[in-house]
Amino acid sequence: MVEYHFTTPITKEDVQKLRIGDVIYVTGTVFTARDEAHERALEMAEKGESMPINFEGLAVYHCGPVVRKVGDQWEIVAAGPTTSTRMDIFEEEFIKTFGVNVIIGKGGMGARTVKAMQEYKAVYTAFVGGAAVVAAKGIKRVKEVHWLDLGTPECLWVLEVEKFGPLIVGIDTYGDSLFQNVADQAQKKLPQIGEFLGITF
Amino acid sequence: MTFYTLIEDTTVKLLKFAATQLPNDVSEALKKMQEEETIPPSKAALSTIVDNFGIAEETATPMCQDTGIHIYYVNIGENFPKVIGIEEILRRASARATKEVPLRPNAVNPIVGGNSGDNTGRHIPFINYDFIPGADFLEITVFPKGGGSENMCALGMLKPGQGIKGIKKFVIETIFNAGGQPCPPVVVGIGIGGGADIALKLGKKQLMRPLGQRHPEPEIAKLEEELLEAINMTGFGSMGLGGEVSTALDVKIDYAHRHPASLPVGVAIQCWAARKSTARIYQDGRVEFLTHKED
Repeated sequence: MVEYHFTTPITKEDVQKLRIGDVIYVTGTVFTARDEAHERALEMAEKGESMPINFEGLAVYHCGPVVRKVGDQWEIVAAGPTTSTRMDIFEEEFIKTFGVNVIIGKGGMGARTVKAMQEYKAVYTAFVGGAAVVAAKGIKRVKEVHWLDLGTPECLWVLEVEKFGPLIVGIDTYGDSLFQNVADQAQKKLPQIGEFLGITF
Repeated sequence: MTFYTLIEDTTVKLLKFAATQLPNDVSEALKKMQEEETIPPSKAALSTIVDNFGIAEETATPMCQDTGIHIYYVNIGENFPKVIGIEEILRRASARATKEVPLRPNAVNPIVGGNSGDNTGRHIPFINYDFIPGADFLEITVFPKGGGSENMCALGMLKPGQGIKGIKKFVIETIFNAGGQPCPPVVVGIGIGGGADIALKLGKKQLMRPLGQRHPEPEIAKLEEELLEAINMTGFGSMGLGGEVSTALDVKIDYAHRHPASLPVGVAIQCWAARKSTARIYQDGRVEFLTHKED
């Protein structure tokens, strides 16, 4: 388990140093995108429209924050990760299209995304689900907000972060997934669990 | 202050308590688990969780950005006369707390889209009503339910021949399917029998019981303990990062008699941020908070 500190833009070379179980902290720019922002970004890209900011080398955060407007400035109150598997249907295309190398979320992602990460050299990192106040501490300010019509949880928040983490590398660029390993281990324990409960699987 | 304002103000307080402070049984259980866990990623995740709810409580900030969809359990003392308009009062409290705490607006129209912006909408907040025989108070429990864990809930319409073994199997399969997604350590509420909706409602209602408390019937209590141990044997651990003791905090079960032809099993899953708050309001205007302390 190695600890790394990265500043955006994060390069393909940077992320290829990482293996599952490593811990990273990110300083620089992170943007949030959940289901609807992923969908909109990809739809716009397909039509050849440009994004409100250049996503390349930034970290995308699966997060719908609690926000507050103080005067004309937005403030992030709580900002933990949301379940990443919902973005499995978009992520391969998203990584490929926008050159995002670091994904931050929770719960891991599926086989299709694991494969895409190996192919396009990106990593998936897990922030502790629900640890919204710890996350908010690493967020210095809201730089920009776009697509507010999607609602405050779903829109695109562009955030300035400092030592944002700890982020545990869950999927690396070598096709390894910590979540898959844990699931495989659990699968191996199934006969033992069955015996304990007096049932067969 | 009118009685209706008192109910509304108390409910706003309950919503703030629930979002910002874990009930004691939950925070103590998580701290204990953090000490006992041996696998590094899960132990680290639990440390972050403990830090997080500590800061949330100190700063009166929501501990999780998903402040849940608003569910209320309203228990009406049979001798408590003033419940007219309760639904409107609770809706107002949800909208007010959304601004004042603040809470994330989580009420989305599933047909035409769009977030209502204040946590109210058609049938939301959802209110469960019960009567308490002989009581002269109104008891309101606020249960803000997160979406990540809710998405892992499951209903099994088993064949009666599958029996208790079938129930155990369905529960373990549900946990396998969920893995790290519902933000473990989880609390699992299981409802057996009744009917499809009844099983799920009973399952969810079990999440109101304090951690560690066993069902009064010994067969059910034993099943709760067995399933808790079996779920932790899976080794998913906190946040699905792999852990020895931290997949589940507790398992709670209740049942209803079933139709001869059906064996419904409802499995409700709650994340580590097992938030709830309860207060009793008496006729004379006294308010008693059962899960949290007022400043």
